[in-house]
Amino acid sequence: MMNKGAPEVNAGSMADIAFLLLIFFLVTTVIESDAGLNRLLPRINPDQIIVDRKKKNVLPIFIDAKGQLLVQERPIEINELKAIAIDFIDNGGAPAGDPAYCNYCKGNGNPKSSDNPNNAIISVNNNRETSYGAYITVQNELVSAYTELRNRESQKLYGQDFTTIESAFLNPETEKEQKEILKEKVLVIQGKYPLNISDATLK
Amino acid sequence: MSKFKKKKDGELPAVSTASLPDIVFMLLFFFMTVTVMKDSTIKVENVLPNATEIKKLEKKDRVIYIFVGKPTKEYENVYGTESKIQLNDKFADVKAVGDYILAERAKKSEELQNVLTTALKVDKNANMGLISDIKQELRKVNALKVNYTTYEGDAFNNLQ
Repeated sequence: MMNKGAPEVNAGSMADIAFLLLIFFLVTTVIESDAGLNRLLPRINPDQIIVDRKKKNVLPIFIDAKGQLLVQERPIEINELKAIAIDFIDNGGAPAGDPAYCNYCKGNGNPKSSDNPNNAIISVNNNRETSYGAYITVQNELVSAYTELRNRESQKLYGQDFTTIESAFLNPETEKEQKEILKEKVLVIQGKYPLNISDATLK
Repeated sequence: MSKFKKKKDGELPAVSTASLPDIVFMLLFFFMTVTVMKDSTIKVENVLPNATEIKKLEKKDRVIYIFVGKPTKEYENVYGTESKIQLNDKFADVKAVGDYILAERAKKSEELQNVLTTALKVDKNANMGLISDIKQELRKVNALKVNYTTYEGDAFNNLQ
């Protein structure tokens, strides 16, 4: 007797089935963005602690309703902002011997600008009519100024970009012991250039 | 000789479609991995701004979403053309934001309640006034971690 084995299943309709599934997924799902700029809002203080900041340690930025920028009451173009921010943060205006003296700053050391990156605060203020897009652009430029400074410092200390170290630290696949080392590096750099962007509209 | 002489002359062999399912499955898997299920219909225009210095929101279960933007065409007659807040599936007032956050927070398991992030998905043409009001509400309920959700791209495009 001839043993024919099982007859072959016709797979011709497999493509149709797969197409059906594909179309189902196309209509029920969306490609979503799940990345953005992280910020920490300030806590509400019932009794306002008024910190007496020296005026020179604050860089006031105002965005008006048309998206025009005013930095220290002087109108500027948006693409100048990053350089201005870097100059301000990295200025290191405190003289040597002062407790606020910054030994890693490479700025001009202008005594009329910020003392130390730790003291330097960038205060963003906006109109109620300002568009969200303009606000995000400004925030993005400021973060990118900080990132550049952090990368520079990190290259000097560890020969690696801060962004590389940070993403390795945040990667869940990184081993635990490695993480401890990375965490220390991240904290050192963040300590040198803390992200001090305040929102003046939040009182 | 005759062993190999199977084909009849002049007839083109049919293109094999045997690999078609494989190709379609590949597409299917691609879409399954890069997309997520829609969980709420967005009733506002939601063109997010671009930014370069972005960080990914790692864990989906630790995020509360707030959408802001102009109501889309179908809702224009009812809700007007001013920017509105959408919480879950409904339009809401600024004052409802705090309650919404508290309600969402209560739904999460206890160990997650302190590490929640609020993702603000805001249309780039929305006014900052409304955003400031939302931020103020968030501070009142102590939801201090926010993420301004953006697309990756050149930030200068936001100004056009």
